[in-house]
Amino acid sequence: MSRRVEAAMQLSPTPVVVARELTRVFGEFVAVDRVSFAVQPGEIFGFLGSNGAGKTTTIRMLCGLLAPSSGSASVLGLDLATQAHEVKRRVGYMSQRFSLYADLTIAENLRFWGSAYGLFGARLAQRAQWAIATAGLEARRHALVRSLPGGFRQRLALVAALLHEPAIVFLDEPTGGVDPEARRRFWDLIDELVGGGKTVFVTTHYMDEAERCHRVALMHAGRLLALDSVPRLKQVFPQGTILEVTCARPAQAMSALERIAGVVEVALFGDKLHVVVAEPAVAHTLVGQLSGVGCPDADVRAILPSLEDVFIRVIADAESEVA
Amino acid sequence: MTLQRTLAVAVKELLQLRRDPRTALTLLGIPIVMLLIYGYALSFDVEHIRLAVVDQDGTSSSRQVADAFLKSGYFDLVAHARDIRTLDPLFDSGKVQAAIVIPPRFSADLAASRQTVLQFVLDGSDSQTATTILAYAQQIVASLSPIVRMSPGAAPVAGAPLVWYNPDLSSARFLVPGLLAFILMVTSVIATALAVVREKERGTMESLRATPLVAIELLVGKMLPYLLVASCSATGALVIARILFDVRVRGSLIWLALVTLLFIAVCLGWGVFISTLADTQQVAFQLGLLSSMLPTFLLSGFIFPISSMPPALQFITHLVPARYFLVALRGIVLKGAGPEVWWDQAAGLLVYGGIVLALSTFRTLRTL
Repeated sequence: MSRRVEAAMQLSPTPVVVARELTRVFGEFVAVDRVSFAVQPGEIFGFLGSNGAGKTTTIRMLCGLLAPSSGSASVLGLDLATQAHEVKRRVGYMSQRFSLYADLTIAENLRFWGSAYGLFGARLAQRAQWAIATAGLEARRHALVRSLPGGFRQRLALVAALLHEPAIVFLDEPTGGVDPEARRRFWDLIDELVGGGKTVFVTTHYMDEAERCHRVALMHAGRLLALDSVPRLKQVFPQGTILEVTCARPAQAMSALERIAGVVEVALFGDKLHVVVAEPAVAHTLVGQLSGVGCPDADVRAILPSLEDVFIRVIADAESEVA
Repeated sequence: MTLQRTLAVAVKELLQLRRDPRTALTLLGIPIVMLLIYGYALSFDVEHIRLAVVDQDGTSSSRQVADAFLKSGYFDLVAHARDIRTLDPLFDSGKVQAAIVIPPRFSADLAASRQTVLQFVLDGSDSQTATTILAYAQQIVASLSPIVRMSPGAAPVAGAPLVWYNPDLSSARFLVPGLLAFILMVTSVIATALAVVREKERGTMESLRATPLVAIELLVGKMLPYLLVASCSATGALVIARILFDVRVRGSLIWLALVTLLFIAVCLGWGVFISTLADTQQVAFQLGLLSSMLPTFLLSGFIFPISSMPPALQFITHLVPARYFLVALRGIVLKGAGPEVWWDQAAGLLVYGGIVLALSTFRTLRTL
């Protein structure tokens, strides 16, 4: 067992999810490559990565929808290899694609999905009532789901996955294609759930969503590259080594900066440049050097790295390791 | 497998069917439209045969012969001639299909008890029709035997055909049970195949798989509403067959219902199996149509008797579920036969259904 696995296991005596060297191969393609982590009860655990990083494949394995090629995982203390059916009974899952029936009403959808999870009679009615209230859909109970705006649909899909009161819910890119306001309301709902003691496992490729997670796992090309709280992930950069450069001609400045010794990386963020330097001292020389190449108005100041800076850095490090 | 979860799927499916009246109407309406179209168009009965009479005798006896043909109801007189040479252009142009040629000394020969020959000329380009016309002609000539004696002294030998089950040899009576099988097969296979594939296409299948719902609950739950719809179509088709084609069920309605339900269940199972092979509704539709329509039309005994197929093809017909159903169905509808006669066919359906359901459950599980 690797050092990272042991570290993951030591974090808490009773994690909700434990993955050990979890791997999934499709033919030649390694979708998930020896991924190990543990999710603690009551946390928002984020999986951040671009499309094809292996986020969905990991979630599908953890929900018992896909068998791992190797490695193992347990959810709520149940081994996925032998108790996948029991896992399904006790976790909630909201898939990436919208998963409700557009041609049924909200009430009909909740009744069906509740029954599919084994709820009947008074309990089903009571849970459906809870779901409608939580999603803020009382007035539209008998509306066809087709007629709902995207944000409402997403919240409805979330509460539908919670009808059977699972201790943990897996959300696979839950806010794809909805507007920022709807996303914010969705995340407020997630905070509310976690406040009530649920554990939320969520994948995303939005940095602002990842910032709202308690801990974030960075995934790239099937591998888990880093896993920590957001502030600690940002410590990958020593204080003063990430700079924001503002100037009139960012493109020209960018090519100049790339040639300066001590500059590790330059990335364009809107009309500004993010520059990573090897040590804080390099920052003081930049203004002088930029005016020498026709950017006399350059403003350089140290900033806190964004999660995106971290993400780019971690991937670059991982790729240079491979090379 | 829990009944409650299975029923939950069935209720959901019915609700969706209700929201989609076009599909529901198609499922109920298509069988009836097909029954009308096929019932009227797919007829082997030959009527209004265009007949030419070449009467070279011109006596009351010869007219009696011509009258016998016209009175039979099958023939329409379109040409009357004295010269046999006028027939050629009439046949070439298709103006006549058959001609009866009465020789010059017909009545004289009859009176003298000499052998005489009635010539019957037939357009054989459509052999099926020609065979039927020839059979009619032979019957009519046989009925003329008091007039037409073959030779003096010898009693005229006439066959007396006796047709069982379908005394007037109406092809509707033969075809309607087959049509019923055909219609049920095509609609139920396609309906269920589409119903399952729709879940895949819309992405709801993924969420269904994440629930504790097991494959058999999902599949049976999906099939139940269509079982109901197909049973309504079958009943409607039988009522229409009775009203329009005078096809009466001679046997027990309960056995008819049971065997039909069994057959529908097999068709639905087949539809579900197809749905495990296809990922889009379009592919499912094509697979469903191809695997149900052609084999049922060609290989079930619906139109072409299985006993006259080459042995290899006869073997393949065992893969066509309608083959078993048709034997039992014709037995019940036309002959009033009980289960002691067709139990083996029902057993065949039962085995077939079991295999199909097991296969699709296995395939649904495997895609997990």
